[in-house]
Amino acid sequence: MLRAPGRFIAMLVLPALIVMIGVVLFPLLYNFWLAFRNMNLYHFTDHKFVGLTQFWKVLSEPIFYTMLGKSLVWTALNIIFHVGIGLLLAMVLTGPVKGRAIYRTILILPWAMPQYISALTWRGMFSYEYGAVNQILSRWLHLPAVPWQSDPFWAFLAPIIANIWLGFPFMMIVCLGGLTAIPKELYEAADLDGASAWMKFRSITIPQLMPVLTPAVLLGTIWTFNNMLVIWLVSRGGQPADSTHILVTYVYKIAFTYYQYSYAAAFSVVVFLLLFGFVVFTLRRTKMVEAR
Amino acid sequence: MSRDRTRRQILSVITHAFLLLCCVMTVYPILQIITVSLRPSDQLYSTSLALIPEHATLRAYYRILFEKDFLLWLRNSCLIAITVTIFGVTLASTTAYAFSRYRFPGWRSGLYAFLLTQLFPATMLMLPLYVLMKTFHLLDTFTGLVVAYTATALPFCVWTLRGYYDTIPVELEQAALIDGCTPWDAFVRVTLPLAAPALAITALFSFMTAWSEFLVARIIISSQELYTLPLGLESLAGVFQTEWANYAAGSLLVCVPVMVLFIALNKYLVSGLSLGGVKG
Repeated sequence: MLRAPGRFIAMLVLPALIVMIGVVLFPLLYNFWLAFRNMNLYHFTDHKFVGLTQFWKVLSEPIFYTMLGKSLVWTALNIIFHVGIGLLLAMVLTGPVKGRAIYRTILILPWAMPQYISALTWRGMFSYEYGAVNQILSRWLHLPAVPWQSDPFWAFLAPIIANIWLGFPFMMIVCLGGLTAIPKELYEAADLDGASAWMKFRSITIPQLMPVLTPAVLLGTIWTFNNMLVIWLVSRGGQPADSTHILVTYVYKIAFTYYQYSYAAAFSVVVFLLLFGFVVFTLRRTKMVEAR
Repeated sequence: MSRDRTRRQILSVITHAFLLLCCVMTVYPILQIITVSLRPSDQLYSTSLALIPEHATLRAYYRILFEKDFLLWLRNSCLIAITVTIFGVTLASTTAYAFSRYRFPGWRSGLYAFLLTQLFPATMLMLPLYVLMKTFHLLDTFTGLVVAYTATALPFCVWTLRGYYDTIPVELEQAALIDGCTPWDAFVRVTLPLAAPALAITALFSFMTAWSEFLVARIIISSQELYTLPLGLESLAGVFQTEWANYAAGSLLVCVPVMVLFIALNKYLVSGLSLGGVKG
């Protein structure tokens, strides 16, 4: 800790503070304000206060609960596979493997690609007639072609596959960092005691990895839950017939395709409160934020 | 002993087979871009799985560079990304320093506020910014886009930089202060140079935020001459596959420099990206 005149500290903080207030805080408050009004394309300037009408509209319509379910499925599947694949690869790569650096570099590539390019490329690969995925399924595996773009179930699975591909390198890198930080002595001691590989994994690797993995998983959950881009691009904005949306892409659609600004604002607030509740709950449980 | 060795060899084969399989699945979509970009235009609806298509040609690269607006999109994207990076890193470097080295009223709530912004669904910021920009006639301008991107990049930059400053021993600055440095000099001459890796990472992240952002650009920008790379490339990857080769060629040109940079910096990724809690 250092000491300095308050003037100096203010000088350090103020520029960013002013920008944050202008471009983040004020718009957010404005969003809350909008949620209580009836602004849409037709009432862009002459909107008025309508109380909790928009919130009622969000919570009373079944579409919200469908989207919530899909958001949960989307987030859970992605996180499970990201962490599972990431951890498995990280463990293999910390072992005695030749060419580790090359494998690591190749496996990190999806993270390095701009997301929109990956998503658009996957969209091309999921094309029914010409896409590589169906070609591989039918030619090499002799399976029937899958309607990746016209059937609601497969159309929802397609962005999930694309996003699993996109997201596992981040978890792999996090796990690699965590694994290399575990003292070798712990394993050596366990070996002397005759512990099996599974026991070492359960009693050393997992507990030692937790401090690194917990924040990463929490952050990953938030990012995945809020990720609109992959679904939006892979499914062409929710096609077929808005059946592939999750909460956030649906809000984007009602805001910028249907121009129902206030309804979308209220929807965002509800989504935010859900996430906020989840995070506060998780932080309490894991005590990740250490109190002074 | 020899049984043990065969067991180890089998394990090694399985490991490499597994890793190779993962690598193939990782690389395949990227190879797919290369393949499509080399296809001659009469084979765009090809169902061939060959990596190098028959009659491979570089025509698509010529078309994207000289017949499409690719260079214009590139210029627009560079302009916006560089502006956002300068804003983001400059503003974040001082604020993050204050949060790392000093305690002041609102310190804790300030830190949580930065973290809290990561929780907002993007639309919660996009929608009000859109409405405000529409009101102030900032839609369809670069200013609007820069404002929106800075709002996204800044909290992340502050959080990451603060985490890194925290790892630099404060005794260095205390020594400098005893030797008669002003607090500002201690920051600029002692801490900032030591934080170079983190500054590089934050710069890279702010640049990438702006460089590959699509959904915000899509609502703010509507004139074709203001299109950024994501908007332009998406317009090529349209419903019909006629432009698919052009799209692939353009994507590859965008991807390669970014990926090279990323791989070059990849060893800093873990150290620069400290995922810590709030430690007081």
